[in-house]
Amino acid sequence: MSEKAFQRIYTKLSAITKATVTLEAQGVTNDELALVAGRLAQVVKIKDNAITLQVFGGTEDIPTNAEVTFFGEPPTLNVSDDLAGRFFNAYGEPIDGGPAVEGEKRQIGGPSVNPYKRRQPSQLIPTGIAGIDLNNTLVSGQKIPFFADPDQPYNQVMSMVALRADVDKIILGGMGLTNDDYLFFKNQFESAGALNKIISFVNTTDQPPVERLLIPDMALTAAEYFAVDKNEKVLVLLTDMTLYADALSIVSNRMDQIPSKDSMPGSLYSDLAKIYEKAVQLPDGGSITIIAVTTLNDGDITHAIPDNTGYITEGQLFLRADPDSGKVIVDPFRSLSRLKQLVQNKKTREDHSAVMNTSVRLYADAANAKTKLENGFDLSDYDLRCLDYAKEYATRLLAIDVNIPITEMLDTAWELFSKYFTKAETGLKESLINKYWKA
Amino acid sequence: MKTTGKVTGIIANLVTVEVNGPVAQNEICFIDLQGVKLMAEVIKVNGNKASVQVFESTRGLQIGDPVEFQGYMLEVTLGPGLLSSNFDGLQNNLATMTGVFLKRGEYTKALDEEKLWDFTPIAEVGQQVVAADWLGEVKEGWLPHKIMVPFNFDMSYIVKSIVPPGKYKITDTIAVLTNPEGEEIPVTMTQKWPVKVAVGGYVEKPRPFKVMETGVRTIDTLNPIAEGGTGFIPGPFGCGKTVLQHALAEQADADVIIMAACGERANEVVEIFTEFPELKDKHTGRSLMERTIIICNTSNMPVAAREASVYTAMTLGEYYRAMGMKVLLLADSTSRWAQALREMSNRLEELPGQDGFPVDLSAIISNFYARAGYVKLNNGASGSITFIGTVSPAGGNLKEPVTESTKKAARCFYGLSQNRADKKRYPAVDPVDSYSKYLEYPEIIEYLDEKIEKGWVDKVTKTKFIIRKGKDAYEQINILGDDGVPMAYHEQYWKSELIDFVILQQDAFDDIDGCSPLERQKFMLDLMLGICDRSFKFDNFEQCTTYFKGLINICRQMNYSEYQSEQFNKYLNQLKEELKHE
Repeated sequence: MSEKAFQRIYTKLSAITKATVTLEAQGVTNDELALVAGRLAQVVKIKDNAITLQVFGGTEDIPTNAEVTFFGEPPTLNVSDDLAGRFFNAYGEPIDGGPAVEGEKRQIGGPSVNPYKRRQPSQLIPTGIAGIDLNNTLVSGQKIPFFADPDQPYNQVMSMVALRADVDKIILGGMGLTNDDYLFFKNQFESAGALNKIISFVNTTDQPPVERLLIPDMALTAAEYFAVDKNEKVLVLLTDMTLYADALSIVSNRMDQIPSKDSMPGSLYSDLAKIYEKAVQLPDGGSITIIAVTTLNDGDITHAIPDNTGYITEGQLFLRADPDSGKVIVDPFRSLSRLKQLVQNKKTREDHSAVMNTSVRLYADAANAKTKLENGFDLSDYDLRCLDYAKEYATRLLAIDVNIPITEMLDTAWELFSKYFTKAETGLKESLINKYWKA
Repeated sequence: MKTTGKVTGIIANLVTVEVNGPVAQNEICFIDLQGVKLMAEVIKVNGNKASVQVFESTRGLQIGDPVEFQGYMLEVTLGPGLLSSNFDGLQNNLATMTGVFLKRGEYTKALDEEKLWDFTPIAEVGQQVVAADWLGEVKEGWLPHKIMVPFNFDMSYIVKSIVPPGKYKITDTIAVLTNPEGEEIPVTMTQKWPVKVAVGGYVEKPRPFKVMETGVRTIDTLNPIAEGGTGFIPGPFGCGKTVLQHALAEQADADVIIMAACGERANEVVEIFTEFPELKDKHTGRSLMERTIIICNTSNMPVAAREASVYTAMTLGEYYRAMGMKVLLLADSTSRWAQALREMSNRLEELPGQDGFPVDLSAIISNFYARAGYVKLNNGASGSITFIGTVSPAGGNLKEPVTESTKKAARCFYGLSQNRADKKRYPAVDPVDSYSKYLEYPEIIEYLDEKIEKGWVDKVTKTKFIIRKGKDAYEQINILGDDGVPMAYHEQYWKSELIDFVILQQDAFDDIDGCSPLERQKFMLDLMLGICDRSFKFDNFEQCTTYFKGLINICRQMNYSEYQSEQFNKYLNQLKEELKHE
């Protein structure tokens, strides 16, 4: 982004905080970009002629006589097919050594799709992971985060899901990625030979946190170009949204806004919804699916960030380490895909939802048995069978290293039912038992 | 002359305007952004500075942009053609908008002004009428849509003339009224009304005395909602709020359903757009969409319009109620509306109440719930608005301002429990914590005596008692162990499990189990209470567990079978057989 000729240059800041500067200026429009001492900034508040700018790179060593120039427009991204295969920073500038992308200049953070023009999501996204495909089936046009503690391999699982998914474009929005994770994604994409369908917008931990605020809008502007203009199936990966929300709270705090729960801004719900609701199934076949990561603090989903996220997204995938099987599993109790019933039994076998419900219910019985065991009580025969079942269920189906087609997942589940339980104990519909029970 | 002004300050969607004349609180104005008109509402006035909340994105707005005040509050257009429409929070018709994206400043007409309606007069020339009296009728789908004396006519009028039966547009004059001063006033089929003002036009608002059937057992059997009553559904995410609301919308015994999707997911609204036209209304056999209005202001649409959306929905409800209809109004979620209030209050730098919400939150909520109700109209007919809102408590903790304020206003509480949802026991309505205050109304008890059977409420109380006892027994078993408690505890626990699995749990996605008519609910409850009345003699707890699991399995197969079909009776006989030998 460069300065235009004949711009008026202001050189008198009246106030500086850690994230914002204020100055007197004329003819400034809301949301427009500016350059403050060479750093990008955006107008967040106008009061008479006093303009408050949020400086993305932070305000360290900015003097009160810093040069300020205004761009006359909000942040933009040049969109064209040339975006494919490229890596960009939060401002949409290439970081892979390649040339700047030529194309139509679009404002980021644009308007919402008219809900009436949306279509109902109905295409299955298979991942090979039974904890997802069997219990929490993904659908294109869906938005769903991984809820995971920082020590879980969420970035690995996400890249695995992305590379297995049958989509035209994968867009990575990395916020506060460690340099190691950034290189991990880069290597993964390269070694999969999928680089030409991947676009990355990356802000790493060594870059200023406020810059992250631009990442989702950049990624989604690119996504909308491919989904709306090109009718492509686009998968957007956003990691880590917790760090995005943290950046929001930094800015609102510097602007003296009254914080709500967990020192997050009162607008957190709307701010997150504006991003996640970009997930859409369009009438002409294009779609945007968002898979995000929300890191948790010791599994606490009542914190404002996961809590608001859960109310916005269409479910969540909860990763946890399972001590019994020694594997990382997709927790069947806390995970949910809200759109799964749009494809289960319709795009998959007729017994899908029944098998899913029964296997999870039996796993819950196992959890009860385990509590009994821990409290020192005798276990019944049923309890013992449940525990054995749970271990095999976790190993063969819930673990994230599973990679099998859905019918095989269903067959495996029936095999486990027959191995450990009687027909009556499963409570399944008779018609299904007659057809699928493994004698 | 209209008051005008100029923009002097902008923070997100809160804009300060310096005005040159009088402005009213809640007055609507349009801000001119290089030819694009952005609609806004006055929310605070201080000297010659008015603070307005803009219903659109304020990107690109600048100091000095001109503003024009309109002299009216946010209002909706009422008339035939509202049913089966999809509006945004400001009553723009979403279906007639152009392009895939919502364009700023694009406002569409709520009603089709070209369409011809078959009008039949009801009032006669010379008749004396007041606001909300019926002048005539058109068929809106299959519903008789009454054309009324506009709600803002505050005198008594004489019908001077009324058009003969025939086809008319909503803007055609269908009657001329004379006021006491002798002035003649033409009336069309359409009128406007400010959304934040409750529509009157009725004689009295008695206490609700009928039950509204929903087909959801945990509501109808355990905690019924009254026609004209109020209820709310709080619950953490993932507990099935939306599925439950959709079930109510599909099955409730109402003439008109208004759904306000307030700050929720767009895909959920798309589900309604897609499925409702295909689904049949179980009471009339007509397409569900024909009796439905959707007010859609999803979470990514402008926040200020989110607040407006619930009022828009309520006003449309009041309009249909004044025609003598049974309206069910569903708002998902009222927490998002409260959050919209919080965002604004915050930007206005008001002193915050608890959790940053405005201090008058409780008053705003109860004021809104009070607009629901059963009313007797001037002509002796009656109409009702039953209102059920969902609440999305932060962190699933019910001790938060929105839940607490709503609890004071709503008479039914359907608390969704995370624990039940985790165990996939849907609907996850907590049977112990939830309540319906209507079960204490003598009018309702009497109604149920009549409608279902004498002493029905006692049976409900008994059922709840069994559930509570079962919960106690479960806790004891957990503390003392399976062998550490008397056999009676196991029996008690399993009897409550029987009620839980057969009555409380219901498969919303199953065609048969999804909707359970009252008659069937009574049959099953009697059957279950019959089993609970027996005392069993088991040798050990495992025998008890196996036996009851067997019973539950048979009863669930019954739930999945057509009522009193061959299959149903087969399982019934199987159950009776099973009960012979314990």
